[in-house]
Amino acid sequence: MDPSGLNPDKEQVKPLSKVKAGQTARVVRIEAGASANARLASMGLVPRTQVSMISNGHPGPMVVSVKGAKMMLGRGMAHKIMVCAASPQ
Amino acid sequence: MDHTVRIKKRITVAVAGNPNSGKSTIFNMLTGAHQHVGNYPGVTVEKKEGFCRWEDTEIRLIDLPGTYSLTAYSVEELIARNFIIEEHPDLVVNVIDASNIERNLYLTTQLIEMEVPLILVFNMSDIARQRGLVFDIDRLSELLESPIVQTVGTKGQGRDVLLQAIVETARRGRSSRVHRVRYGHEIEAELEGIESILKAEEPVLVDHYTSRWLAVKLLENDKAITSLVRSDHVRRIVVAAIARLRTLFAEEPEMIFAERRYGFISGACQEAIRNTVELRHDLSDTVDRVLTHRYLGLPIFLLFMYIVFFLTFKIGAYPMRWLEMLFGRLGTTVAALWPAGADSLPRSLLVDGIIGGVGGVIVFLPNILLLFLAIAVLEDTGYMARAAFVMDRIMHRIGLHGKSFIPMLIGFGCSVPAIMGTRILENRPNRITTILVIPLMSCGARLTIYALLIPAFFPPAWRGPMLWLMYIIGIVLGVICAKVLRMTLLKGETSHFVMELPPYRMPTFKAVSIHMWHRGWMYLRKAGTVILGISIVLWFAMNFPRVAAEDLQGMDNDHAAQVRLERSLMGRIGRAMAPAVRPLGFDWKVGTALIGAMAAKEVFVAQLGIIYAVGEADDHPESLRERLQQAYTPLQGFCIMLFCLISAPCIATVAMTRQETGRWRWALFQWTALTAMAYVITLIVYNIGALLLH
Ligand SMILES: Nc1nc2c(ncn2[C@@H]2O[C@H](COP(=O)(O)OP(=O)(O)OP(=O)(O)O)[C@@H](O)[C@H]2O)c(=O)[nH]1
Ligand SMILES: [Mg+2]
Repeated sequence: MDPSGLNPDKEQVKPLSKVKAGQTARVVRIEAGASANARLASMGLVPRTQVSMISNGHPGPMVVSVKGAKMMLGRGMAHKIMVCAASPQ
Repeated sequence: MDHTVRIKKRITVAVAGNPNSGKSTIFNMLTGAHQHVGNYPGVTVEKKEGFCRWEDTEIRLIDLPGTYSLTAYSVEELIARNFIIEEHPDLVVNVIDASNIERNLYLTTQLIEMEVPLILVFNMSDIARQRGLVFDIDRLSELLESPIVQTVGTKGQGRDVLLQAIVETARRGRSSRVHRVRYGHEIEAELEGIESILKAEEPVLVDHYTSRWLAVKLLENDKAITSLVRSDHVRRIVVAAIARLRTLFAEEPEMIFAERRYGFISGACQEAIRNTVELRHDLSDTVDRVLTHRYLGLPIFLLFMYIVFFLTFKIGAYPMRWLEMLFGRLGTTVAALWPAGADSLPRSLLVDGIIGGVGGVIVFLPNILLLFLAIAVLEDTGYMARAAFVMDRIMHRIGLHGKSFIPMLIGFGCSVPAIMGTRILENRPNRITTILVIPLMSCGARLTIYALLIPAFFPPAWRGPMLWLMYIIGIVLGVICAKVLRMTLLKGETSHFVMELPPYRMPTFKAVSIHMWHRGWMYLRKAGTVILGISIVLWFAMNFPRVAAEDLQGMDNDHAAQVRLERSLMGRIGRAMAPAVRPLGFDWKVGTALIGAMAAKEVFVAQLGIIYAVGEADDHPESLRERLQQAYTPLQGFCIMLFCLISAPCIATVAMTRQETGRWRWALFQWTALTAMAYVITLIVYNIGALLLH
């Protein structure tokens, strides 16, 4: 069964840190541990949310836009956010 | 009770909401206060109280730090959460950034669940309008079960409507809610079960917090709330329910709660908010691509810093010179009240002690104003958070993250608020490390020392780079020290790094000038109280005990003044400590001034002013700067600045470190370690410099 309601087999799931600047992705699941998960959720990052990458500066942090607000994310954190290509619904 | 008689009431109203939504702006609008406002998350880090009146009601407002949810991750969020949950305000004013409503409403859904009387303030409605958002306020108000007031905090729009709503809603008191946020029937069934057991077994808690909110928090596995539950039965049931939900959804229940809340919010927004403008490509995204660029970001930041400090210095030099002339003339005018050549103690106290000491500090007011102007612009445009981003890569390598750089930047103004500002850091080892290195960021008081010494020892073309160098040395040392601390005393995980980037905003003239004048006034007040007091004490220490007249016979005026100074209390202290500071290239005069600088760094400037005025006869026309130039080499000048930069944080900083770390141990450690480091580094630089220059 697919817990997140998305089908990870059909679409390629990858960490958010791999998304290129200018691209939009969709969160599949977040694996950052209970406390960080809740923290991200309170800032708008929950499964099924669209995330667009504003700038992704290897190897440093990145700027993403979530629900109309910009956030910076450490690379370590972004590794733990699994996304797939955003499909228009 | 007679309802025709108007009873005077007092209500307590908490101003809560997401960081950077404009809570302090609304608080200021209502109370007329001047709480610090700035365009980055985490400006307010403690609760502030203010009062205002509407009709027959006296309203006590509490401005809270921002928080994204009622679960706290850092000290300042804990303050907000505890106030809302534990202190039961009569009403919560939830300030919402109307241009960014979905994320902001997440906290709102939790407040609704708590059943506190609630008003939603849709602030920043000017920006929402610009973005083409049209709200069906009646419908939203129905869905969110709370009155909604639209405001533009910066322009004072919506003040009266809000006050009216506060008084009316508070009068109605706590009311039970429909709870439109539903979590799906599996979760609702569990909630119902837990609620009924809670009502039976924890009546006190239920009375305090309401059963639904408690049940939600328990299922969300909230540590603080779970620890309040005494009944083992309840605990067991909650654990079992969480396990059931976890298997059912293959996810932690708290994530399901979060998703369902956002689901409700996005439904409400779709129903009641229309977007009339097609979102075009955002200019600010383009700006962000440049300012946060992986190669360009850091050079741009360093360039900005250079420009800021250079201008602070360059533009500040003109009014500074006028003030110096003014105080110089004041000195001669006052001195002329006494007959020429007379050796008068009151005259020396006034001219050398007070005008020389306090005046010597006040002349740097223009630099201070410019510095805080620059900091206010940095805070209000939104660049502050970008600087944190740019520094993240470096900070990461030393085991901190970019967020720590925000308090460090505040430290360029003053270490005291900077140390308090570390409350935004979630992780304690991170936070303590940041607190310990903050004094290495050259504060406004140290700027006065640089502004005095740099022009005395360096040619005009060198002055800008020299000043910049002092700041950079501070940052680099801070980085190194942080690294060492993280490897030794303060090991531990680097916490995760997430931070909101505020939108770019044009700083308003009003906001920036209020901030600037506020800091300028603080500087003047300090000069007129602390510095004045210390200057008088220093003057006495430099004039007493007096030397008998016969001992001075046959000496010219200058020589006599010199001997008198050397035999004074200060002279004796100075000579006792001279061997300790001589290896650094300092004479006893600088040595004693360093003692004074422990109270406040500006005292260093005041004390040099006094000591060079007392130590010479009154007929010298030179400025302090010219006297310093004659007395020391540029290398010595540089070493003095270096020592002042690194050594002994001032008393106020020590006290703040003690308060924020909770331990004297850390404050003493900070003080001793920095002073020792200053000694060693200055020793090395002076001796190598002396070798090279010979
Ligand atoms: N355009 C516009 N800007 C506003 C409005 N209200 C506040 N601001 C700006 O928004 C920024 C944040 O304001 P603050 O009052 O400091 O926000 P806060 O919620 O107290 O922030 P924290 O204390 O960090 O949680 C400042 O730059 C304000 O000038 C508004 O109605 N319209
Ligand atoms: Mg505030």
